[in-house]
Amino acid sequence: MNPFSSGTRLRDMIRAIRACKTAAEERAVVRKECASIRAAVSDNDQDYRHRNLAKLMFIHMLGYPTHFGQMECLKLIAAPGFPEKRIGYLGLMLLLDERQEVLMLVTNSLKHNMVDYLRCLVLSTCKKEFLIIEKLLSSSDRDLNHTNQYIVGLALCALGNICSAEMARDLAPEVERLLQFRDPNVRKKHCTNISAYTAQAALCSIRIVKKVPDLAENFVNPVVSLLKEKHHGVLLTGIQLCIDLCKLSEEALEYFRKKCTEGLVKVLKDVVNSPYAPEYDVGGIADPFLHIRLLRLLRVLGHGDADASDCMNDILAQVATKTESNKNAGNAILYECVETIMSIEDNSGLRVLAINILGRFLSNRDNNIRYVALNMLMKAVSVDDQAVQRHRVTILECVKDSDASIRKRALELVYLLVNESNVQPLTKELIDYLQVSDQDFKEDLTAKICSIVEKLSPDKIWYIDQMLKVLPQAGNYVKDEVWHALIVVITNASNLHGYTVRSLYKAIQTSGDQETLVRVAVWCIGEYGDMLVNNIGMLNVEEPITVTENDAVDVIQIAIKRHTLDLTTRAMCLIALLKLSSRFPSCSQRIKDIITQSKGSLLLELQQRSIEFDSIIEKHQNIRSALVERMPVLDEATYSGRRAGSMRATVSTSHGTALNLPNGVAKTAAAPLVDLLDLGAEEPAAPSSSGGNFLQDLLDVDTSSSSQSGTTQPQKSGTDVLLDLLSIGSPSPQNGSSAPDILSISKDNRTSVSALDSLSSAIGPSVQASFTAGDAPMMDLLAGFGPSPPAPPPKDNGPAYPPMVAFESSSLRIMFNLSKQPVSPQVTHIEAIFTNKSSDVYTDFIFQAAVPKFLQLHLEPASGNTLPGSGNGSITQKLQVTNTQHGKKSIVMRIRISYKLKGKDMLEEGQISNFPRDL
Amino acid sequence: MIHFVLLISRQGKVRLTKWYSPYSQKERSKVIRELSGMILTRGPKLSNFVEWRGFKVVYKRYASLYFCMCINQEDNELEILEIIHHFVEILDRYFGSVCELDLIFNFHKAYYILDEILIAGELQESSKKTVARLVSAQDSLVDAAKEEANSISNIIAQATK
Repeated sequence: MNPFSSGTRLRDMIRAIRACKTAAEERAVVRKECASIRAAVSDNDQDYRHRNLAKLMFIHMLGYPTHFGQMECLKLIAAPGFPEKRIGYLGLMLLLDERQEVLMLVTNSLKHNMVDYLRCLVLSTCKKEFLIIEKLLSSSDRDLNHTNQYIVGLALCALGNICSAEMARDLAPEVERLLQFRDPNVRKKHCTNISAYTAQAALCSIRIVKKVPDLAENFVNPVVSLLKEKHHGVLLTGIQLCIDLCKLSEEALEYFRKKCTEGLVKVLKDVVNSPYAPEYDVGGIADPFLHIRLLRLLRVLGHGDADASDCMNDILAQVATKTESNKNAGNAILYECVETIMSIEDNSGLRVLAINILGRFLSNRDNNIRYVALNMLMKAVSVDDQAVQRHRVTILECVKDSDASIRKRALELVYLLVNESNVQPLTKELIDYLQVSDQDFKEDLTAKICSIVEKLSPDKIWYIDQMLKVLPQAGNYVKDEVWHALIVVITNASNLHGYTVRSLYKAIQTSGDQETLVRVAVWCIGEYGDMLVNNIGMLNVEEPITVTENDAVDVIQIAIKRHTLDLTTRAMCLIALLKLSSRFPSCSQRIKDIITQSKGSLLLELQQRSIEFDSIIEKHQNIRSALVERMPVLDEATYSGRRAGSMRATVSTSHGTALNLPNGVAKTAAAPLVDLLDLGAEEPAAPSSSGGNFLQDLLDVDTSSSSQSGTTQPQKSGTDVLLDLLSIGSPSPQNGSSAPDILSISKDNRTSVSALDSLSSAIGPSVQASFTAGDAPMMDLLAGFGPSPPAPPPKDNGPAYPPMVAFESSSLRIMFNLSKQPVSPQVTHIEAIFTNKSSDVYTDFIFQAAVPKFLQLHLEPASGNTLPGSGNGSITQKLQVTNTQHGKKSIVMRIRISYKLKGKDMLEEGQISNFPRDL
Repeated sequence: MIHFVLLISRQGKVRLTKWYSPYSQKERSKVIRELSGMILTRGPKLSNFVEWRGFKVVYKRYASLYFCMCINQEDNELEILEIIHHFVEILDRYFGSVCELDLIFNFHKAYYILDEILIAGELQESSKKTVARLVSAQDSLVDAAKEEANSISNIIAQATK
């Protein structure tokens, strides 16, 4: 022991840490050690610097912060001795990483400077070391037993593992020169030493070109000579560098294809036929790693090039037939070989060979081999579907494997293999397995089954049957889109309504805990409850069941009381009950009692519905049956179109992203439902706007101005299925075509507002008075709703406003056409017209707007997102602004327009305050 | 490309980590936590591959240690098993039937060996002999330097007596 030693040795520290019984003890030991290391750091202690760094590395591995040691690494690297440098570079790789530097850069510019300084230090040290080795190499005596060659190795290794893009750019020339410094005439003894760092330089180059792809071309020439090497390490790394260069540059690929394909084929031939070499032998195969890399590079070269592929056919056939497959190393080579055969240009003979190998793999008892077989078969499906179909039974067995990784792969493969002809037996197998599968796997499996059923069902009854099997078993894993789609299918299959509702009734008796099953069942019982009770629409296969009206209500009562079910389901239950109260008049009182129970619910949504529905049952017998009539058939095409388009539609909403509950309630964040409850407290202008929401929410009844009071004719409408699930009214004619997306809510809103307004004016001054007084309970307003005389048709033309230029810049003009309906003075309709003043096309055009709190804004989807240049066209977008301070304040708006000009993102912003004062 | 190498003991203690792709410290500990949860609970007969965040983690258990390497989807898992074995054999040769304690107390040596096998997440040398020779040559350089330092400090000690 050194007489001047202080602190503990590394070994003792590790022992002390290992002896700790609790985490707290460990922390105490670490804290003590860190304190003494910090002290040593600030004393600039040199003797124990490397030991301290070793300790820090261990502490770092335990997960404690060790950033204060980063500088110590640098000091060690800069030291002259090999031992210091060795530990210094190791510490550098462990304690420092690129990401961390970036992080520092953001948080602290001071530290940023330090990092820059660190970087410079590392760079200059490495460069110095490279320089020395270069000198040595070019000197005549080639005395390479010097420590310097190992130091270069350390530097290359560290750079290869941690260098950042800037460092890569800086160091590329040096590394490139080191790559070329190989002289094949050097005596054998030194050869391996030089080879070692040539290999390191090659791998370091990989990191460099990955970080800075533009540098790729610099390495193309040096690497070609590496491919002619005999030394395996250099060959391995050279090939790997080649593969990476090919990925980065098409030119490099072409160059290698021309220059190296034949040479590589020969190298592979030599390796395959090489005699036993103990140094490289793995399980009887000489250097499987080299085999694999050669096959991989050949794959890159052969892909998409018939000549190159031709050149390698023979050797691939030889590898595929001659390689021993009883050891993992052999299988690894076969696996790589199969992949190469699959991706090079067509050769049917080889393909048969490859598929046969996969077949053998698939029946292997080793899970690893089966896993890779499944993996590869997925790629083979696109090449030769029939050949893969032959293994279908085995693959299906793999879905039921005990290994999660294999199950997942197999399921994905089965999904690819399903087609019209085998969908029925395959689905049956999968659904049977669903019963016994792991909980973790059910979600994946369910999603795939649903997707298969939806995509490939031969007819509606089969679809419904399969879903009826899935829902009771995995109803909790079924996604919203799936059961929405199911309901769309059910409504369209009018001959199956009775059958479906009865099957669901049976299913819910046993599996009432499956959320989506309950939702679908509750919805269907609400809609088709009469068919359930009266056994209407019996199919031949069905056995008749006896269900009384009370039984049907029981099911819903149980569901609404089940605490595991969520808000949406319970809200759906309430609606189903409302519907049943009309379908089963004898149960009306019982239903009313159940609904009343939710009046005290803490969940606003339920409480509100409960109060509303209770009032409908109690006071509005005359309109109830019309209110709760059966839903119109949902349009499948619109639904699927909406699903596809929903992504785009939500993007264009700039304000109040619509939060949809799938039962007819669509809330917009801009007008929260909370408003509804404190209506009375609101200022006079507010009720009518939120009153619109109220009507909207109340089952989405659109009393359009043309319909007679109290009677609504169900019409086929193509609006949002979510809204339609409960909407009974038709979209009003003035709406024009109904918009198939979420944003249609804003239109509905507008019409209900106007409807309500015209209604209130028709009811008479008394209601109007109480209305403006602001203390009229909403129920009273509704009370006037039923018996009111037909509303007079509203005047369509509001006050006229001249078009205004809302925004103008050098590249863009926005015109606003303003209009207003006299019945709702607070609401301004704006048609925005965007024109492109430049000569280039704008793509991904998005208009966003924001308004102060006293305004409410709805944006409808724009007519497009591409704006042709030179004013050759325009995009229009409708906006609707509700001014709650109408008459007091005028409208202002902030806008933001983003678009792409020649692929570049552009952004323009502005404020519009030149609106007419009386808006 | 190998994104990282982890050595985790059966108790979930980390014995060696090497990151070839950028991960922040926070991400690193999250990755380790997630993976040890997934891998340590897997049964003995299952495949050695775990799919994780769009990558594959190939692991193999040797006595009480799990050797894990994370690779891309399209990489050759079977080859990675061979690389792990290659690493283990070299460790074995270096330490003389290696055990977990060797790797705890001589963790830096394990790193040195790994650095001779992998750089930038790619295999550097397929000959066990060459790796062993390079590591021991560097070890002897360190030993020589130490000896020299010791003799100097002895002289100083003698002189100051």
